[in-house]
Amino acid sequence: MQFTRRVRMLFGGMTGLVLAFLYVPLLIIAVLSFNTVSSLSWPPKGFTLKWWQSAMHSTGARDALIVSLKTAAGATAIALVLGLLAALAVHRFTFFGRESLNLMIVLPIALPGIVTGIALNAAFRQAGFEFGLLTLIIAHATFCIVVLYNTMLARFRRLSPNLEEASADLGAHTFQTFRYVTFPLLRTALLAGGLLAFGLSFDEIVVTTFTSGAGLETLPIWIFRNLSRGEQQPIDTVVATVVMLLSVIPVWIAQRLTSGDGPLTGGTR
Amino acid sequence: MTSTIVTPSPGPSSPGQSASRWFHRHPRARLVSLIGAPAAWMLVLYIGSLASLFLTSLYRLNDDGSGIQKVIGAQNYRTLIDKSVYLDVAVRTVKIAVIVTLVDMVLALPIAFFIAKVVGTRWRRLLVAAVLVPLWASYLVKAFSWRAIIGSPGGVLDRTFGVSPNYGEVGLIVVLAYLWLPYMIVPIYSGLERLPDSLLDASSDLGAHFGFTFRRVVLPLLLPSIVAGSVFTFSLSLGDYIAVDLVGGKTQVIGSVVFDNFSADLPFAAAFAVVPVIVMVAYILGIRRTGALDNL
Amino acid sequence: MKTARYCGALVAITLLASACGDDKKASGGEALKAIGDGEKALNLIVWAGYAEDGSTLPDYDWVHPFQDQTGCVVKSKIAATSDEMFQLMSTNQYDGVSASGDSSVRLIDAGLVAPVNTALIKNYADLSPFLKDQKYNSRDGKNYGIPHGWGANYLMWRTDVVASPPDSWSVVFDKTSPYAGKVTAYDAPIYIADAALYLKTAQPDLGIDDPYSLNQKQFDAAVALLKDQHSIIGEYWNDYTKTQSAFEQGSTVIGTTWQVIKNLATTNGAPLETVVPKEGSTGWSDTWMISSKAAHPNCMYMWMDYITSPKVQAQVAYYFGEAPANPKACAEIATLYSDTTHCDVFKATDESFAKSISFWATPRKSCLNGKGNDCVPFVDWIKAWTEIKG
Repeated sequence: MQFTRRVRMLFGGMTGLVLAFLYVPLLIIAVLSFNTVSSLSWPPKGFTLKWWQSAMHSTGARDALIVSLKTAAGATAIALVLGLLAALAVHRFTFFGRESLNLMIVLPIALPGIVTGIALNAAFRQAGFEFGLLTLIIAHATFCIVVLYNTMLARFRRLSPNLEEASADLGAHTFQTFRYVTFPLLRTALLAGGLLAFGLSFDEIVVTTFTSGAGLETLPIWIFRNLSRGEQQPIDTVVATVVMLLSVIPVWIAQRLTSGDGPLTGGTR
Repeated sequence: MTSTIVTPSPGPSSPGQSASRWFHRHPRARLVSLIGAPAAWMLVLYIGSLASLFLTSLYRLNDDGSGIQKVIGAQNYRTLIDKSVYLDVAVRTVKIAVIVTLVDMVLALPIAFFIAKVVGTRWRRLLVAAVLVPLWASYLVKAFSWRAIIGSPGGVLDRTFGVSPNYGEVGLIVVLAYLWLPYMIVPIYSGLERLPDSLLDASSDLGAHFGFTFRRVVLPLLLPSIVAGSVFTFSLSLGDYIAVDLVGGKTQVIGSVVFDNFSADLPFAAAFAVVPVIVMVAYILGIRRTGALDNL
Repeated sequence: MKTARYCGALVAITLLASACGDDKKASGGEALKAIGDGEKALNLIVWAGYAEDGSTLPDYDWVHPFQDQTGCVVKSKIAATSDEMFQLMSTNQYDGVSASGDSSVRLIDAGLVAPVNTALIKNYADLSPFLKDQKYNSRDGKNYGIPHGWGANYLMWRTDVVASPPDSWSVVFDKTSPYAGKVTAYDAPIYIADAALYLKTAQPDLGIDDPYSLNQKQFDAAVALLKDQHSIIGEYWNDYTKTQSAFEQGSTVIGTTWQVIKNLATTNGAPLETVVPKEGSTGWSDTWMISSKAAHPNCMYMWMDYITSPKVQAQVAYYFGEAPANPKACAEIATLYSDTTHCDVFKATDESFAKSISFWATPRKSCLNGKGNDCVPFVDWIKAWTEIKG
């Protein structure tokens, strides 16, 4: 489709402004990570590498990172399985409660985090569960399911049903069809959805506050702790900058996997 | 050319084949085996906790604040209705959420359109990645750095332009709009991707100039995607309390009241938490018609 | 349909399960008779900075030496408010807590903490006497905790904006204040006591004696004052770095703060002064308390003794910015950090100063000052605070 030069420039200009809006605060964060002053204030008063050095050697940051990675991995794994199962069911069957199930799966991400957080907190306490990595993973998995569910559904809608029929005609039973035909077609959507769920869990703070236990810190909780101490706030800017730079990798991978599809959902063309 | 046709042998079947045959004969079992685990998880864990939360909202704190009396009564809800402050807070929060959503819509549309329709494939991937990367920068650090940006005097905006919203509702709206913007851009972008170029071509062939096409062709078709994005921005704004605390000045929202009461008076916090649940459930049920739920 | 019935059953079971539950109030229990062998673990609820293990700043670590010494592996959960501490203690999953007065009283009332046998704590004898047997850490002659450290809530202002040094809290309660929009106050219901403390002097016919024991009339007056104050407030704070950055920036110029905020902000260049106004100040005195259901009581006693030893007290007080409970820490601070003025700045050994502070305590119906049974309970303070903030 051909657009006039005016339209191109107009939209290009607006895009530039929005991108600037998105990135200027991130640049400020990066700049503040070199600030000599220990609080997050502007303008920067000097240049120092001490926060970067401190962050690199910080055992607290490393431990928190590991907890975050474990939580996100566990939550994504559970969400993958449950999301896939639910999407299969919803796509292939019409049944009583289908719409309610759809609504139910969407709720954890549609309801504000604080509601999910205090509900799960109260529920775990009633059930007598000790707060720890398990409660954390369970909580995170609950709001990650919808991401995988939607990704899978979107991909299913794209797939032609003929492929599976052909496989069955050729003699494969249900599980063989799934393993050799359906699953390979789902792989990229699974990966893209998984990456998004991983990212959601990784930066989550609200539900985490209510469902983690003594001494268990995810990276956002560790960041929060540092923001509450006046002596080393800039260490958080270092961590944020590093995570952001590293995140380019999974974001780029997800992009290549689903190019032609939507950036996240796997597309429904 | 010879071709080999594989015929299933009528001999002993593998366990996979027997299971497959059994499932084929019992479609309901097939459904249950698929839906069982996720449904059970969501029902017991999530709906169960929400129900338990609602039950807690019917309890009350004993007078010295040392414990919860498990006696059912509507006193918390009566307080919510009697004292005008809670309605004020709820209305204010919804207002903020609506404004943030509208701002994000306005900001997201041009960039999503540009990426989806105007630029070529290579740039497209780069720009989409550029929109997604800010989501990975820590929410907390972003919110805290906005303190340094909008503070007045002394913040970045104040020093650069001499004018700044300072900590308050306006500043809060700016920051929330910033934080949730990628969540609005992405569904709109997906929706635009799915919009066939031929429609736009047809419209211009029929004589419409771009503005008309955009308003009368693109936007109506984009409605489900826009509404899908609004679910995120609305819900995130409705429940936020951390960014509010950092840049909202003395603004009190639903999230702040729930959080403040959580440790001290859980039943009351639970009661007030029911408010955003009702709002969001109503919103979601309302938008089902637009097909937005398929675009989340 | 069957699925619907199953769903209904599941939900019903969940509801039933949540409705049942332990209603019995935990009894306080008995104090330990002797410290036995360590249980190899310890779960604590602490204020940020009270149990440092080197993960924030490598130089500040008093947890690892404790672990090496006693074999008790420490896991600490940081709480942001006293209310959160109370809520966490009620889960009975922790051994101890560093409670301020506005949670310690509630903890004792709820039977969540056990009496402490102070004879088992070697360092107890050295602790400042004005911290012992107070209404926030003892009851009916039984001691419920070990003092940790304390501090006052000061009035602080920027000297480049506020011309003449104020000597009264009236400057933050004045509706016509020239600093409107740049005033701050502590963001917690307990701040109502600050208003009451001011009214004790400003409106003596209200008859306020103890700002934590208020009858309805006194309480309403304090709330009305705070509702008026709301119009001049720029920000409320309970996360002290928030107000620290605000003072440094200049978006806040006057209000309630802690000494540590002044220290940090001054290091970053802000021109600030503090004072305890003539009406007096509220403050906080923290106590280590042991859970009545502690799974690791021996380790908890070992911790209580360790944290009150001079060297550790020095580290904590210096890092956090408070007055140590053990005056012997003052000499240690001078040795460890070449700072001979810490205890003077924080008035650690100044008994009359400490006595002039109204330390945080949770209000209850049966008045804390023992003068009646019609005081406004804390539940109402919480509700009022939401209304004040509007």
